[in-house]
Amino acid sequence: MVPFGGWDMPVQYPDGILAEVKAVRTNAGVFDVSHMGRLYISGPKAAEFLDWVLTGSASTLGIGRARYCLICNENGGVIDDTIFYRLTEDRYLLIPNAGNRPSVVAWFERWISEKFPQGCSMEDVTASTGLIAFQGPHTPNLIDQVAEQSLSSMRPFSWAEGAIQGAPVFVGRTGYTGEDGFELLVQDHDVIKVWTTLTGSGAVPCGLGARDVLRLEAGLPLHGHEIDEETTPIEAGLGRFVRHEGSFVASQILESQRTDGVPQRLVGFTLPGRSAPRAGYTLSNNDEIIGTVTSGSYSPTLDTSIGMGYVLEHYVKPGTVLDLDIRGRTVPVNVTELPFYTRTRRT
Amino acid sequence: MIDSTDTSTAVAGITDYAQEQLGDIVYFELPQIGDNVTHLGKMGEVESVKAVSDLFSPIDGVVTEINENLLDHPELVNEDPFGEGWIIKASITDAAALDELMSAADYDAFIAGL
Repeated sequence: MVPFGGWDMPVQYPDGILAEVKAVRTNAGVFDVSHMGRLYISGPKAAEFLDWVLTGSASTLGIGRARYCLICNENGGVIDDTIFYRLTEDRYLLIPNAGNRPSVVAWFERWISEKFPQGCSMEDVTASTGLIAFQGPHTPNLIDQVAEQSLSSMRPFSWAEGAIQGAPVFVGRTGYTGEDGFELLVQDHDVIKVWTTLTGSGAVPCGLGARDVLRLEAGLPLHGHEIDEETTPIEAGLGRFVRHEGSFVASQILESQRTDGVPQRLVGFTLPGRSAPRAGYTLSNNDEIIGTVTSGSYSPTLDTSIGMGYVLEHYVKPGTVLDLDIRGRTVPVNVTELPFYTRTRRT
Repeated sequence: MIDSTDTSTAVAGITDYAQEQLGDIVYFELPQIGDNVTHLGKMGEVESVKAVSDLFSPIDGVVTEINENLLDHPELVNEDPFGEGWIIKASITDAAALDELMSAADYDAFIAGL
């Protein structure tokens, strides 16, 4: 167990990180991600408010659908990344990261009081609910076995209501592993029941260690590593989650970065073997430091080491060879397209 | 951790407790045959999926053999740290340093208190 974002979290269960990653890539894994936040945003002005604080559009999101986007400060720096769900015409559920929940809540409160004092309210239900991620290619079959209604036909980035062993569950076809799967929002007193039902169906309990490897293989950013308040979505290669139209926090800065370019960008890179790049290691070209690693790991799925990091714009092209400094050892790495791993989609 | 039946040679590795704390081991950076190692000096590195740690030599000595199986099968240390997962063999140059090491029983008592 380790402290993470103000919570005590398991890094791994007894099977270990490699076995947990394999379970999610080939079968099914289950993660307790109750440390992540759960915020309801409600009221006739809720859509307008979210359109202001999010880089993705809330007002055009269909009821029943979900969307990934960023929450930026006025300089375009990333306060957090989030998935949010439209529940009704004037009610949304938004999931911030564990450690960022206080700053997101404070940021939202500021804009509600400054710009939307009437018609928009926020409710934080993190403490009274739990969140379970159920991920892997077999999860559609398994969830139909354990749920009281068929959920396997749900579309990606949609939500539905269901029940497991009599416990009501809010189900999103979403995740953070690059694999097919579901995320289940349940009442706090039902968490153990739902967890044991899912593990009883054959899903392997997975910890933060596996979650980090899986998201890295899928090229997904982690706040505090690939994104933070000093980096923008454009630098992080997340421009597709920033809308072109409308006025919102940092919209002008982000649009001009998109047009004019940025000095550094996030890239993925691979290196042979199993020695891992780790956050803070430097990337060089001809002995000149031109970048820094943000995350890295041995990838059991690809059986090679992978990493992400920021490099000067000149070096972002796939195929570029850079020198990685692993604690004094110089290892050549290849800049590659992200993601490293893409699941085979069912047709 | 060493297994030494006399005061001239030693087999060194990491303990079962250490491998369990590291989790799945994926990579070793080992010394070379002929390298000098010193008591509590860094002799290499071990990487698990979640962390990297220095390997410290328990003795003063000269490396006579390294476990080359670990380069392709580092998981041997998770599976059998006191057997197949040995890391180096060395000739001991200063037997006096052996007196500073904990016995296996003392070590068990030490980690029980952690």
